[in-house]
Amino acid sequence: MQQHSIPDTRKQAPPASEDSIPVVRLRHPVRLAIAAVLILLALSAAWDVAVNQRYHWDVVISYLFAPQIIAGAGLTILLTVVSMSVGIALGTLLAVMRLSANPILSTISRSYIWFFRGTPLLVQLIFWYNIAALYPVIAFGLPFGGPSLILGSANVLISPLGAALLGLSLNEAAYMAEIIRGGIGSVDKGQYDAARALGMDGGKLMRRVILPQAMRVVLPPTGNQVISMLKGTALVSVLAISDLLYSAQIIYANNYQTIPLLIVASLWYLLMTTILSFFQTKLERRYGRGFDVAPRRTRQQKAQPKTRTA
Amino acid sequence: MNAAMVEAQGVRKSFGSTEILKGIDLRVERGSVTCLIGPSGSGKTTFLRCINHLEKVDAGRLYVDEHLVGYTERHGRLYEMKERQTARSRLNAGMVFQRFNLFPHMTVLENIVEAPVHVLGRPRNEVTAEAQTLLDRVGLGDRGHSYPQELSGGQQQRIAIARALAMKPKLMLFDEPTSALDPELVGEVLDVMKSLAEAGMTMVVVTHELGFARQVSDQVVFMDQGVVVESGPPAGVLGSPRHERTQAFLSKVL
Repeated sequence: MQQHSIPDTRKQAPPASEDSIPVVRLRHPVRLAIAAVLILLALSAAWDVAVNQRYHWDVVISYLFAPQIIAGAGLTILLTVVSMSVGIALGTLLAVMRLSANPILSTISRSYIWFFRGTPLLVQLIFWYNIAALYPVIAFGLPFGGPSLILGSANVLISPLGAALLGLSLNEAAYMAEIIRGGIGSVDKGQYDAARALGMDGGKLMRRVILPQAMRVVLPPTGNQVISMLKGTALVSVLAISDLLYSAQIIYANNYQTIPLLIVASLWYLLMTTILSFFQTKLERRYGRGFDVAPRRTRQQKAQPKTRTA
Repeated sequence: MNAAMVEAQGVRKSFGSTEILKGIDLRVERGSVTCLIGPSGSGKTTFLRCINHLEKVDAGRLYVDEHLVGYTERHGRLYEMKERQTARSRLNAGMVFQRFNLFPHMTVLENIVEAPVHVLGRPRNEVTAEAQTLLDRVGLGDRGHSYPQELSGGQQQRIAIARALAMKPKLMLFDEPTSALDPELVGEVLDVMKSLAEAGMTMVVVTHELGFARQVSDQVVFMDQGVVVESGPPAGVLGSPRHERTQAFLSKVL
C-alpha cells in the first residue's frame, strides 16, 4: 500500500484514444478525517479569539488605519526597499569580487563580509547614528592631513534615517554576498566553458550566463532575507525612527493598549510579507524557466518524429 | 607558405605536478578533418581545450590561423594575453562539448543569437534570420522557441553545433560530441558533423566513434599518456597501425 500513496501525476490522464480500463483512484479516508478534525479545531480557536473581550478588537480596528500606523508602515516599506536594493546590488558586486582571481578584490570582499557579518546589526546602526561623535566633519582629502574638500557636518549629512539606511544596507550586502556566491557556485562549470568558447569576457559571462542561472538558487534565501529585513527594520526604533513597530509602541505607551496595538502592527507585517511571498513565487517561476520542463512538454505531441539530417 | 589552421609545436600542459601533455606536435590543414583518438586520460580533451585557450599552454607553441594562442610574441618574449584579447582570439574557433552546455535559461533561438548579438554586436534581426537557417540546417527548424531541456540529447547537441556555427568560426572543435548520448541518438549528430565536413569546415574532433573517424577524417591522431603516438590517414592509423600501443587500443575498442 505504502508505495502507492505518492500521487503520480503523469498517470492521471490516460490517453483518451486507447481502450480505457476504469481506474479506481486510491482513497485517503484517514486523511479526510484528520483534516475535518483540524478544521474544526481551527474554527473553534478562531471563535475563541474573536469573542475574547480582552483582545480589544474594537481598539485594534480603531487603530488599524491610524495615520501614525500608516506612516510607520510606509517608512518600514521605504527602509526595506532601499536597504534591500542597495544590499542586493552591493552584495552581487561583493560576491563577484570574492570569486575573482584578483587577490586584491577577493581580499577586500572577504574582509567586508567578515566585518559586517561579525558585528551586531544593532551596534552598526548605533555606530552610524553616532558617526558625528567620531568624525564631526565629512570631507574628501589627501591622506596624512593634506588639503581636503569639506562636504559638511556629519550630523547634517547623516540624518537618523540616513544612518538607518546605511546600517541596514551595508549589513544586508554582506549576507546577500554570501547567498549570491552560493548561487554562482551552483551553476554548472560547463556554462563557463561554453560562454568563454563563444568569446565572452568575464563581465558578459557573469551578466548574461551565470547570474541569470544563479537567480534560481539565490531567490528563495533572498525571499527570506527580504522578510527578515522587513521585520528587522524594527531595530531602527533605537535611532528614534518611527517605523511600523515603533509607531505602535508610541501609541501603546500612551494608552496602555499593548496587545491590541501589537496586533495592529502584526496584521500589517503579515499583509506585507504575504504580498512579498506572492512576488517571490512569481520571480521564482520567471527564473525557473527552462529548468522545470513539465509545463511545456505536455503541450507537445508525445512522439516527436526523430528528424534525421541527410 | 601553406599555413596550417592549427599548428602545435611541443605543446606541454600540467595540472599541478601531473604532466598531461608532454610535447604535442600536430598540424591541422585548412579544410581538413582531424580525429583525436586514444584512451581516457591520454590528454586529447586537454589538447583540444588548449587550442581554444580554455586551458593555458605551459610550454611550446600553439598557433591557430597563424596566431599564437594565449600569448603575444614581442622582442623574443612571450607575453600572456589579457582576458579580453583571449576572448577575442577565441572567435576563430567554435567549440562543441560532450555535455552540450547549452544555456538552460534561454530558448534555442536565444542560445544561438546570444553571442553574435552580445559579443560581436551584430543586429538582432539579421542574426535571428541566420539562426533560423542554421536550425533548418541541423534539422531543428521548428524548435527555436523550445528550452534546451525539452529536447533530447541529440537535438541539444545539434543546437550546440548551430550555436557555435552562428559565430562563423574558421575552425570547429568537438570534444567527444556523442559520448553523452543514448546510442540511438548518436547518428543524428554524426550526420550533422559529416555534412559540416563536406561543406569544407576545418574540424578537430575528439571521439570514440572510430567509424566516423574512418569515414570522414583526413587525419587520425592516436594519443596516449600525453604524447602523439601515431598519426596519419585513417586507413593507416586505424587499418594497419604501426605502433604497439595503437594496436592494443584498437583491439580493445573494436
